[in-house]
Amino acid sequence: MANDYSYCCTKASDPLVLAKIAAIAAPYRGREDMLIEVLREAQPIAGNAVPEEVAAVVSEAMDIPRPKIYGVATFYAMFSKEERGEHIIRMCHSAPCHVRGAKVLLDAFEKELGIPCGHTTLDGRFTLETCECLGVCDRAPAVMIDDEVYGPLTPADVKGVLAKYR
Amino acid sequence: MEEYKFLTYNVGKLNPVSATEYATVGGYAGLKIALANPSAVIQTIKDSGLRGRGGAGFPTGMKWTFVRNTEADQKYIVCNADEGEPGTNKDRILMAEVPNLLFEGMAIAGVAVGATKGYIYLRAEYPYVKEILLKALDDARIRHFLGKNVMGSDFDFDIEIRSGAGAYVCGEETALLESIEGKRGEPRYKPPFPGVQGLWGKPTVINNVETLCNIPMILCMGADFFKALGTPQTTGTKLFTLCGNIKNPGVYEFQTGITMRELFEDVGGGCPNGKKLKAIQCGGASGPIVGTDKLDTKMSIEDCNAAGANFGAGDLMFIDEDQGIVDLCENLMEFFEEESCGKCTPCREGNFRLLELVRKFKDGTGTETDLDTIEDLASTMMDASLCGLGQASPIPLVSAIKYFRNEFLEGGNY
Repeated sequence: MANDYSYCCTKASDPLVLAKIAAIAAPYRGREDMLIEVLREAQPIAGNAVPEEVAAVVSEAMDIPRPKIYGVATFYAMFSKEERGEHIIRMCHSAPCHVRGAKVLLDAFEKELGIPCGHTTLDGRFTLETCECLGVCDRAPAVMIDDEVYGPLTPADVKGVLAKYR
Repeated sequence: MEEYKFLTYNVGKLNPVSATEYATVGGYAGLKIALANPSAVIQTIKDSGLRGRGGAGFPTGMKWTFVRNTEADQKYIVCNADEGEPGTNKDRILMAEVPNLLFEGMAIAGVAVGATKGYIYLRAEYPYVKEILLKALDDARIRHFLGKNVMGSDFDFDIEIRSGAGAYVCGEETALLESIEGKRGEPRYKPPFPGVQGLWGKPTVINNVETLCNIPMILCMGADFFKALGTPQTTGTKLFTLCGNIKNPGVYEFQTGITMRELFEDVGGGCPNGKKLKAIQCGGASGPIVGTDKLDTKMSIEDCNAAGANFGAGDLMFIDEDQGIVDLCENLMEFFEEESCGKCTPCREGNFRLLELVRKFKDGTGTETDLDTIEDLASTMMDASLCGLGQASPIPLVSAIKYFRNEFLEGGNY
């Protein structure tokens, strides 16, 4: 059942978090061109997501209509409406990684974390996602955890890589 | 085979973020030449025969002429660093190792067309490159290679970095402009072309990272020197990315005209574990999948086109005998289905249907009629899609059917 994996957190309704996000957005009032940069900075503070509460605060601070923010936040792969774990594991499944065993590696991550791809561990520590080309095809199959690239990896490496974040 | 290190000459030799170190090895000499005689720059670039390195191969000098000839109070230089094509990593190397070469190229472009502001649109997957670029920009400003009165002249030029947030389509030039403006990265209708109405409606040069890195080299070494490198219609060198089932994956620089076989055997070391090569995808995820009979094709735009291959951004993905072509096509179609922005119908619906059709072959229910449907749909998409994404996305599938038709009809059990 999908619900078993749903990760509940209320970061985005924490007034302190929202105040921080307002402070990030405020200097760019009327600067629509900075919206993506602002959302990227806000997202990690708000549980690695841009939920409605965050969009509302950014909308107010930057004077950008909320539907526009929704449009942007749902267009780009790196934004999520749902809150995610503390660390995002992004497993490349583009062709160069695919032909070097990305699928087997993904299976190993799922097994080690005990969640299917697209979900967050119950302790809220990891979200496992697939993504398109990370631009490190010489290290295929490659994985990015937050801003760090790992590769080439074999299923046997998975435990060791995750240990750094546990 | 030894690399011909032209753009990558200083890779690993310099502190990437130090403009001073870059200047001690001749860096910013090209900008100095440009500042001394701004009106001569475009002619030099034209004479060099330089063509865009992002995949389309448009003559750079001609692109700049459009922007120079358009009257406007503000013009922009945009660097396309949204290196999203699976199997292409070359721009990452240039930006991480020789960022000042890129800045210099952008500043020269600014001098040539009369732009004072540049943007580097960097893909989100390279946060570690962004750190290097930011530090290098700071240093270049302190040393007066950027900012007000560049190198003591009366020319101002500064560069800002804008990050993407994960969208393949933003590599398309007008989608990229939309994204810099803070919008959804949906391609615009052309014309007007960016050279006339680009960023915020102003004339804009959009060039790939590698293209811009060639500019200072051309000004320093001269158009004739550059023209003597490579093939007649694809002058210069190229950074080739080798990936897939190959022993030594990575980015290597050679003069254009090197053959696929040389890249595969001598540089790449062949397939690992003694496996046999089965196919090559050339020019990224949207390039054709061809058989090994194309291995002797020279890597240049003209030779690749003549052979039915694709030069693209110089990337080659090698596929060994263990890989199923239908499985690979499914993977590629999943990619395009996911990355289609949805603005135009042929691409949005077409990729969805192509994926559906490929999956029929994966589970063994595909028929000859389905292959015909694929070809029919593919030709509609190529003709009617708004941007390069939908125009090119059927290419790997159509070429794979041409070369590996049996694999499709035998149930995809490879």
